[in-house]
Amino acid sequence: MLLTGISVIFIRNLFAVVVLAGMFSLLAAVLYVVLDAVDVAFTEAAVGAGISTLLLLGTLALTTDKELAKTKIKIIPLLLVIFTGSVLILGTRDMPNFGDAKAPANLHVAPRYIEESMKETGLPNMVTSVLASYRGYDTFGEVVVIFTAAIGVLILLGQGYRKSRRGSGKIINKNSGEAE
Amino acid sequence: MMTRHTILRVIAKFMIPYILLFALYVQFHGDFGPGGGFQAGVIFAAGFILYSLIFGIENGRKVMPPWLRRALLSIGVIIFGGTGLFGLILGGNFLDYNVLLENPVAGQHLGILLVELGVGITVSATMITIFFVFASQDQ
Repeated sequence: MLLTGISVIFIRNLFAVVVLAGMFSLLAAVLYVVLDAVDVAFTEAAVGAGISTLLLLGTLALTTDKELAKTKIKIIPLLLVIFTGSVLILGTRDMPNFGDAKAPANLHVAPRYIEESMKETGLPNMVTSVLASYRGYDTFGEVVVIFTAAIGVLILLGQGYRKSRRGSGKIINKNSGEAE
Repeated sequence: MMTRHTILRVIAKFMIPYILLFALYVQFHGDFGPGGGFQAGVIFAAGFILYSLIFGIENGRKVMPPWLRRALLSIGVIIFGGTGLFGLILGGNFLDYNVLLENPVAGQHLGILLVELGVGITVSATMITIFFVFASQDQ
């Protein structure tokens, strides 16, 4: 996983980078399965390895698969990134151990979900009942965000596409189908 | 359009129904196993995108015209919000599924099913829309 991540940074051929990023997502999905988070792994595999690879490949088809000439390393941003990274890693030392029963996250609402969700919703998959019922507001927000993203893409790209089609003459207009 | 890639076309034709079926399984079995609206929507969209890649964008457009995509985009959000509002009308809180049916547990089940359906529809319509918009830029 580390190897694919590092290769993504250094390889200049963008096609290889896209494929490696998909591999990275797939490996992350395997990691989530090992951690028993099957739903998250499912999402990672479908979204990270599937759709985003496809969309990035689509973008490459529009642009080019060669990265522009390498810029020289800038010292101050590099130092800043290293500093932030070290602070974050230092911060993880205060976090509770993985799977610690006394961790704050496991003491707040989690016991109630584990004990009551089957009785209250009748669903064996707790992730679904938390996602759709207990945290319904959050999920609604997420759906609206996705909806907004689609609207944004339509406004930015779909509209421009239609205008350029109109401006570029009849012959192309005929076989290009309808505008987005 | 890839008219010459016979193997790709035959395999894709064979695979696409199963991809769509699997998406529906993930959608409606999300209550009992891993999965749910988000994953199902993405898998469903992947089936459509595979079809468009192999058989051409124009054919993909015929299967899923823009008006249908846009309608589905909003229908998903409306189903989700409508389920919430329906709970409000029946005397509960917004997104309170207990009041949807006589039995609170059955109400929860119905509410979660509807909400996941809304999520799935919006997500798949979004992914298909983004793909088509991107893909039609270079024509």
